[in-house]
Amino acid sequence: MSIFEYNGSALVAMVGKNCFAIASDRRLGVQLQTIATDFQRIFKIHDKLYVGLSGLATDAQTLYQRLAFRHKLYQLREERDMKPETFASLVSALLYEKRFGPYFCQPVIAGLGDDNVPFICTMDCLGAKELAKDFVVSGTASESLYGACESMYKPNMEPEELFETISQALLSSVDRDCLSGWGGHVLVVTPTEVQERTLKGRMD
Amino acid sequence: MECVFGLVGDGFALIAADTSAVHSILVHKSNEDKVMILDSHKLLGASGEGGDRVQFTEYIQKNVHLYQFRNGIPLTTAATANFTRGELAIALRKNPYFVSILLAGYDKDIGPSLYYIDYIATLHKIEKGAFGYGSYFSLSMMDRHYRSGMSLEEAIDLVDKCIMEIRSRLVVAPPNFVIKIVDKDGAREYGWRESIKDAGVAAA
Repeated sequence: MSIFEYNGSALVAMVGKNCFAIASDRRLGVQLQTIATDFQRIFKIHDKLYVGLSGLATDAQTLYQRLAFRHKLYQLREERDMKPETFASLVSALLYEKRFGPYFCQPVIAGLGDDNVPFICTMDCLGAKELAKDFVVSGTASESLYGACESMYKPNMEPEELFETISQALLSSVDRDCLSGWGGHVLVVTPTEVQERTLKGRMD
Repeated sequence: MECVFGLVGDGFALIAADTSAVHSILVHKSNEDKVMILDSHKLLGASGEGGDRVQFTEYIQKNVHLYQFRNGIPLTTAATANFTRGELAIALRKNPYFVSILLAGYDKDIGPSLYYIDYIATLHKIEKGAFGYGSYFSLSMMDRHYRSGMSLEEAIDLVDKCIMEIRSRLVVAPPNFVIKIVDKDGAREYGWRESIKDAGVAAA
């Protein structure tokens, strides 16, 4: 079993009309055994920027701590929050630093940039950025997620419809992956508010 | 094989661990205490490689004491868990400790808590957890019988059920177990469950 499949994870982010949604599953496993069903994979960097980290849970936690640290320093120095594009470059640089001993994580970054234009991107464990205009996926269920998102996604969805779409895409994909699931965690971020919801799916 | 499991009850947390010190097919001793009392209100149940287990848990214990000497107040359970995870994470890519840990503690304003820290430094706060081959049986028993806020009698009954399951279903089941609890009155040994008593060493 690959090291990326040790803990199991599923992450997806989608762009809507002046908003974005980011969703993850909630399972923490150790190969075939489930340890917890309330594990958090999506972290807030600032009000309009969220990062989801799939892959090995220990590296996700370490990487999040380093990113939070770097962002806090940035905030102290620049007296403002980081733009999503800048943050994506920071994550990419941190990952490539460990080129020959990488963090086994695939981040999904989602944020609202200047003028509240939504920004999403993903990268592999070495920091190769993939910008997308519609959706990005990551984790053990990524192949199912690609299919589900491709068929369900429409551009310029309002927040409610975006929430429905991303939830359905996530739940149907993790149902086909034994290593991820046990519910879902969805955040829909608009310029004025953040809606956080927990989904109940197949609990197996 | 090693079995460590723990759960959180109403105002207390408990950890049970087997007490066999094993080297390949040989049982060196059957009364090895694997649940360390870190300080007045914390328990550390560890399973894994023998030397690593003792060295790492003593290292954590001494550092927890040092913090208290330096600062005059004890570390909270959450802080101890994060410190322990940090040490494991730093060592992970240098010379890893093969020790998995259940950390139980009682804080005055938070109440009891239990943390799962596996050997690759994945940290998660849980209500019930287990390590080792025994986890296949004890986790299932706890899934069936555990509920939030159990009384001490109910929890010990559940622990006994788990031990019985391990003894009857695990091929190399350890004969003896120790149970320790931590509540507002502190961390202490609750009892032993022995089916083999070590014969005392005869005087020379």
